Amino acid sequence: MKVSDAATPSANQSQPGKTALRPLDIVSRGWSWLFLLLLIIFFSITGQGFLNIFNFQTIGADMSLVLIMALGQTFVILSGGIDLSVGFVMGMASVASALVMSRIGGGAPLFVVVLAGLAVGLGVGLIPGLVNGLVIARLRVPPFIVTLGMYGIARGAGFILSGGQPVSVQTNGIGQIGNGYLLYLLPDGRLSFFHLPSNLQGVRPSQIVQLLPFPLILLVIVVLICAWLLSQTRFGRHTYAVGGSEEASRRAGIPVARHTILIYMLSALLASLASLFGGEGTILGTVIGALIIAIIQNGLIFLGINPFWQFIAVGAVIILAVLVDQAKKQLVERS
Amino acid sequence: MPDVQPILQVKDLYKRFGGLIAVDHVSLDIYPGEVIGILGDNGAGKSTLIKMISGAYKPDGGQILLNGEVVSFSTPLEARRRGIETIYQDLALCENLDASANIFLGRERMRHQLGIFRVLDRPYMLRESRQVLDQLDIRIPELRNPIRQLSGGQRQAVSIARAVYWNAYLMIMDEPTAALGVPEQLKVLELIRTLRNQGVPVILISHNMQDVFAVADRVIVMRRGSKAGERNISETSENEVVGLMVGAEYTRVIKKIHDASEEVRFTTHDESE
Repeated sequence: MKVSDAATPSANQSQPGKTALRPLDIVSRGWSWLFLLLLIIFFSITGQGFLNIFNFQTIGADMSLVLIMALGQTFVILSGGIDLSVGFVMGMASVASALVMSRIGGGAPLFVVVLAGLAVGLGVGLIPGLVNGLVIARLRVPPFIVTLGMYGIARGAGFILSGGQPVSVQTNGIGQIGNGYLLYLLPDGRLSFFHLPSNLQGVRPSQIVQLLPFPLILLVIVVLICAWLLSQTRFGRHTYAVGGSEEASRRAGIPVARHTILIYMLSALLASLASLFGGEGTILGTVIGALIIAIIQNGLIFLGINPFWQFIAVGAVIILAVLVDQAKKQLVERS
Repeated sequence: MPDVQPILQVKDLYKRFGGLIAVDHVSLDIYPGEVIGILGDNGAGKSTLIKMISGAYKPDGGQILLNGEVVSFSTPLEARRRGIETIYQDLALCENLDASANIFLGRERMRHQLGIFRVLDRPYMLRESRQVLDQLDIRIPELRNPIRQLSGGQRQAVSIARAVYWNAYLMIMDEPTAALGVPEQLKVLELIRTLRNQGVPVILISHNMQDVFAVADRVIVMRRGSKAGERNISETSENEVVGLMVGAEYTRVIKKIHDASEEVRFTTHDESE
């Protein structure tokens, strides 16, 4: 027997082009790249100094925060879920790590302060991820509801931790981490790693060539790790599988609940990592809240969903969020 | 085949849901390379019977013997580990993954990278998938495409290939052709014959009597939770099997109506509910 299209041409003809790549597929997969290309062309023509390697590395550093969070979101969305809480999880983690760093204070060496801040930030950030995962996987509450709830909880927790005030860290050189460059090239040919040379007489700041900002380096590392995780490991394969069919995954012996929990923890971990470049977490958290919509759109593209549905999805998400917000206010007023 | 040991023996299997006795002391034997059809009206208990064999339900009484050994499964996964594979009409595959990823789903082959990392061994899985698909004479044009791009019959074939690859002793197919068009149904029936020729016994649950008569060696008819009868396909007729399905008291009526109308089966179905 032949289970193939060739054996029964009639079966094939009833579904023409089923295996061929349709033009719409190409458009739906490539439209974001096309848009990006058009944007670059547009800005290169209209904006002076846009088309420039230094500007591009600035763009890279600027987007590192959003992109690192979007990477976590990619795993969540591929697995069929959504994580609306990442913005405020990031804010909460950044407040926690800033608090620890300011408590340890100026006396301790820089790397101790940074390591402590990093450990606490990532550790605190993992908690909402774990709770999200547990409630979604074990109690079967829809991810949209759970992470919307966590969005409020993490926001409040961040405010409580900081007392509503910006937390400042006094340790010398801490600003270098978010804003520093790997390489500094001076006009006289001198090369310096990590920080500016002390002797800068006769050098105007505009003459210094700054290469490879730290956030961009971290971004590239995290992107590479995530790409490897998704395409090469069992974890990545199971992420696709759970997103494809939870039931089929369960029947194939994949520990679906455990995997779901891990994915939400990864999402929260990456959000906390992004907080390293945050600074004032609470304000940025608000900004990120709006950016989530953009991330959703991006994720839908990864899922291969017809782009026209994204307008509907984003619109529905906004309406739902407003509805929930209103219901919440009414409840408060009544009580 | 009395001198050969049955692969699967079911003895006095019993299951009730509250006051309803869903399966009432049913016994059956299945021998290597045999295709058994299970026929019965809706609510006759065939699904419940199969779910006990595949580990989805726990029996309230009776025994299941696999190769002469008493087994008890609390999940379908346990049954699968012992070689009892169930093919469902849907929900069994991840349509966003390719055929090879589906065949190795949950049992991925890994290799070492740089000595420390364990990564998916794609070339191995692709090679093995191609081999098992060839063995079953299943042709899939591009193995790397997500299976959502395949036809329903090809997807069903991938499920079956997966079961064969993981050394299924016994294949249970629950309405494998229900969601398929006619040409695709024929392909799946051909695949069942291929399995039989390779010595894998198949239990085929179907509403479609033509399917069962086309591929089964033996048919077991369920009625109201009990085994109404068991016949070799070569020694029975569709009329006799319908008689067993709906019960003796209706057999005369059926014959009468059959002469009058082509819709005989639907009419008697309603009366028997």
